[in-house]
Amino acid sequence: MDHGVWVLGEERNGAVHPVSYEMLAWGRGLADALGERLTCVLLCAEAGREARELVYRGADAVRVASHPELAAFTLEPFARIVSRLVQEHRPEILLASATTMGRTLMPVLAAKLHTGLTADCTGLEIDASERLLIQTRPAIGGNVMAMIKTPERRPQMATVRPRSKRPLPRDPSSAGEIIEESIRPGELESRTTRLRFEPDVTSDVPIQEANVLVAGGRGMKDARSFQKLFDLARFLGGAVGASRAAVDQGWIPYSHQVGLSGKSVTPKLYLALGISGSANHLAGMSASEVVVAINKDPEASIFRLADLGIVGDLTEVLPALLARLDRREGRRAPEEGPR
Amino acid sequence: MKRILVLVKQVPATENVKLDEETGTMVRTGMEAVINPLDLYAVEEAIRLKEKEGGDLQVSVLSMGPPQAVEAVREAIAMGCDEGFLLSGREFAGADTWATAYALSCAIRTLGAVDLVLCGERATDGETGQVGPMVGAFLDLPLLTYVSRIEQIDDGGLVAHRAVEGGHEVLETRLPALLSVVKEINEPRLPTLAGKMRARRAAVPVLGPRDVGAEPENLGLAGSPTRVVKVFYPSLTRAGRTLSVEAESLDVCVDRLVEFLESIGILGQAGEN
Repeated sequence: MDHGVWVLGEERNGAVHPVSYEMLAWGRGLADALGERLTCVLLCAEAGREARELVYRGADAVRVASHPELAAFTLEPFARIVSRLVQEHRPEILLASATTMGRTLMPVLAAKLHTGLTADCTGLEIDASERLLIQTRPAIGGNVMAMIKTPERRPQMATVRPRSKRPLPRDPSSAGEIIEESIRPGELESRTTRLRFEPDVTSDVPIQEANVLVAGGRGMKDARSFQKLFDLARFLGGAVGASRAAVDQGWIPYSHQVGLSGKSVTPKLYLALGISGSANHLAGMSASEVVVAINKDPEASIFRLADLGIVGDLTEVLPALLARLDRREGRRAPEEGPR
Repeated sequence: MKRILVLVKQVPATENVKLDEETGTMVRTGMEAVINPLDLYAVEEAIRLKEKEGGDLQVSVLSMGPPQAVEAVREAIAMGCDEGFLLSGREFAGADTWATAYALSCAIRTLGAVDLVLCGERATDGETGQVGPMVGAFLDLPLLTYVSRIEQIDDGGLVAHRAVEGGHEVLETRLPALLSVVKEINEPRLPTLAGKMRARRAAVPVLGPRDVGAEPENLGLAGSPTRVVKVFYPSLTRAGRTLSVEAESLDVCVDRLVEFLESIGILGQAGEN
């Protein structure tokens, strides 16, 4: 007997984080392939309309355990409650986003439940003949992909790389069941106490949230021409990303690095400038909606992924493009009137 | 605190790695190998704590791997760890993260009382980041992942910062505990010549499954809940069009690019507000 597909929802600052909707999009496809129900498990401070949002995004059922002490992720209570629910209801599959929460909680659950866990998957599918979850993840610096299964142990567990799938559109007409789970005595006990949270102070748009990402690599040649990417990003209303090579050169901080060793991004437009497209890099940006690549080397792998490719030297193409955009803006400015 | 244990892994020095097609695990023989770069931060933090605490605080290092992984243990000793152990044996071969963590946790129990276990965030080869947390779970230790700073530590417990999305979380926990640390935490030192000499002379006991009381059915490939179905080289294509500056001229290429950006709505149409 099958017991469905479960995904862990995730809250931040009292609101469902969009990674939860990505997880529902993954889970929905798997549940449909199996002909099973999709359940979202949410641990939070207060069960409210949030649970309904999870139904609008694809869940057939939402199991909510709420308590003020569950406002922030604390490992021991979360692990106790989720593992108890898993043992009671025996889902076939349990997925979580590969956030710092997922990457902490899931290994602990897998150890406790004696089952397999695959980290940071970029693909999940159901093998039709065996009805097993096939988990695809980049391995060895992204040079190869590995497909992994958990043949016998249950649930089949995986963390999924954030931003590797788009959420399903919100459908307020979908119906689903909200199940309020009680919390058992002792489940909230923890040897660890959260004292405070110190938010980052930065004005940068995180690259994972940018609609347009202008990313530069080794082909930018030096720090000065790399800086020009910020001008281009300003014209296009985007943020600046980088390949590992550019970060290693010290042209931009690590927080801007795209790829397996950096961040995964799914912008509407990804502009890869002077990036050859190592497997490591491609693993982090291949889910972008539209890709434009400019590179001197016509054989660069990045062109395989590009909707529009331009073979040329960035030190020529970028200044020419910026000059064109500058003229264009100048031409348009009078029409826009006073700012 | 009496003893800190650091977990380290030996990884290939390059990214050019071969895979065993049958098991999907890495072929480790005949390859240049180093201590996992992200483990150096855990080793460094342990040594700093020892230097601060002074006295009789011992830093032990433990690795699991083939016989040549003893070199990773020696690298940690060269940096300043007091002693090292290698968990090794055919029975461990092909272990996934569950079976690896199980074996390591058996070894840690065998090594006796430990106040703090430190490990790196993940290894640069497998990149799962799962073994550390799983070891914490097997040993039922309080677990803090992504630790970027140990603010305070004494026999009663510690206060540490975790680097998480959007900021840092400050947590207090009791000892013994397991911490996985991130790059931000320190700047690892290079081994001194004296350290290297000491490491070369150090006896590194090799522990096998029976030495650590591990259940044979939980070891290696046989004890691993996961199986590699296959490995493949990613093939990605998007059948886009490619222009070349050489063939079309710079101006034409820039024109086409601007038109393209207009067509997908990133740039407003020329003349439009």
